[in-house]
Amino acid sequence: MNWLTNYVRPKILQLVRPRDESENLWVKCPQCGHMIFHKDLKRTFRVCSYCNHHLRLSARMRLAMLFDDNGFTCIELPQTDPDPLKFRDMKRYVDRLREAQNQTGEHDAIIVAHGTMGGIPVVVAVFNVEFLRGSMGTAVGEGLVAAAELAILQEAPLVVVPAASGLRMQEGVLSLMQMARTTIAVDKVKEKGLPFLVVLTNPTLGGVAGSFAMLGDIVLAEPGAMIGFSGTRVVEQTMHEKVPEDFQRAEYLLSHGMLDMVVPRSQLRDVLLKLVKLLRYPLPPGEVIDLLSRTELPPLFENPPVPSSSPSVSPEQPEAV
Amino acid sequence: MPKPLYLDFEQPVAELEGRIEELRHLSGDDPGGVTVAEEVARLKTRMEKQIRLIYGRLTPWQRTQVARHPERPHCLNYINGLIENFTPLAGDRIFGEDTAITGGLGRFRGRSVMVLGHEKGHDTESRVHHAFGMPRPEGYRKAERLMRLADHFKLPVITLIDTAGAYPDIEAEARGQARAIACCLETCLDLRVPFISVIIGEGGSGGALALAAANTVLMLENAVYSVISPEGCAAALWPSGGQVQMAAEALRLTATDLLALGVVDAIVPEPLGGAHRTPAEAIANVETALNNALRELTTLEGGILRARRREKFLRMGREPWEP
Ligand SMILES: [Zn+2]
Repeated sequence: MNWLTNYVRPKILQLVRPRDESENLWVKCPQCGHMIFHKDLKRTFRVCSYCNHHLRLSARMRLAMLFDDNGFTCIELPQTDPDPLKFRDMKRYVDRLREAQNQTGEHDAIIVAHGTMGGIPVVVAVFNVEFLRGSMGTAVGEGLVAAAELAILQEAPLVVVPAASGLRMQEGVLSLMQMARTTIAVDKVKEKGLPFLVVLTNPTLGGVAGSFAMLGDIVLAEPGAMIGFSGTRVVEQTMHEKVPEDFQRAEYLLSHGMLDMVVPRSQLRDVLLKLVKLLRYPLPPGEVIDLLSRTELPPLFENPPVPSSSPSVSPEQPEAV
Repeated sequence: MPKPLYLDFEQPVAELEGRIEELRHLSGDDPGGVTVAEEVARLKTRMEKQIRLIYGRLTPWQRTQVARHPERPHCLNYINGLIENFTPLAGDRIFGEDTAITGGLGRFRGRSVMVLGHEKGHDTESRVHHAFGMPRPEGYRKAERLMRLADHFKLPVITLIDTAGAYPDIEAEARGQARAIACCLETCLDLRVPFISVIIGEGGSGGALALAAANTVLMLENAVYSVISPEGCAAALWPSGGQVQMAAEALRLTATDLLALGVVDAIVPEPLGGAHRTPAEAIANVETALNNALRELTTLEGGILRARRREKFLRMGREPWEP
């Protein structure tokens, strides 16, 4: 239990609140250009009521949207070396990190919370794309490992909502290794038979898409979300041509077999809840698990195998429509 | 109401039903038409007798036509009628989403199940959308994925079989149709959960069996299930042509023959005049049969379900058969 009591200490990192958009009373929809009143945008969880464009939703608003009204508890994530490579580009990575922390009021690009959804305990890990573009480094990887362990401990489904530009360059190959580490983390959840559900949001790219995010038992995505491994620009440079408008969008992935469903934000909670209920409460009301009443297995071969004397069948022809 | 579609051997029924409709039209203008009502009742009795007569001696080729009847309830009609909270799932995670096979999670009588099957569509638009219920490799790979998912969460699998066969085109072959069917079949035979298949219409060869190697295979009274279509068989073995009726007979593709052969485990009765005449009744009969089968299978442990399923298929064809 010691790690749990360590991890689940009430969050204290919220002393600095992130910039609040509601100071701007009107928000311009990046798709259709309509000006939307901030309260309307809040009510729709930031979906444009004119063109249905799904604007960026903060991790905390996402959590509030998914959990029951009685709220959720964020767990404190394990400490990791903040700058393992002593990395420096135009700026020192430690400074970038501190800046992002001050700006967002978050520790890193992931928040892990537990609570109930429709009364059912769930663990939800949400990426915060405003934190260094949601990139995955050691802290995010550690967050997913903690989320997986918490789900197993609570015997709860794990829901992960990635929103990431990819891996965090400033942590070099250690970021790359998070692809392997997060894969192990979610596989542990799956091995326990607990549902691992993924909601891909805009954007889910690079090494995040190339690891745990595509390994969900069921994979959902928000409309229009950009999802893929290579960035659009890189693809265009390779091909020397423009990619189609819908390329790497959620709907494109759906028709290419990569997703189970594209779910509008307004229905996301309901769909997740329905899936969680179907997978966690499979038996009809009042029925106890009946797999224990085992039956004796009859011998595999009642008669010894004999050479087949069945009439020969003509080679199968393809059939007309 | 759109004019119902009659098969050619249903013509006597069509005539009687037409006359009944005419009389009903008349009695609408003349509310005191007691004699009209009597006549309608008389015609109805005659019609039922006629249906009983025709359906009591359907030839295998006629049954094939009933099995393919466009107004017969299809996969999605059964899903809508029997599965609550149906949540369709999509994609093979490799290449595409094949709508020839539809499937997802839902509840059958309160119990979570994975239900999937071939969907033929009900009008031109939906038939094209569902590729006439003829899957390409991505359809079989999706089916395999959904069955594995059910196995992982220990949920029973129900498949609804209704296909002329796997889609025969270059694309499908290039993407490994044979391998996709083989793997899907292998998965059917590996599941450690209760697995029931219902042949609801056409069981067209490997494209059907790929989803139908189940613990319990139920078959609707007028469904057909065969290694090849009567047309294909006739073309191959009666090169002079025109022997499709003989081919249908020789193939032993009807439910009664397949029950005797041990290929199917039970026959689900259809309403008078076939499932297309009263779809709701056909769907209700399937519900009862599914419920009985499921009640039996859910008492068995996973390893036993798997072993029994494999043993059943190994045993097929070993015992002498009486037509
Ligand atoms: Zn808009």
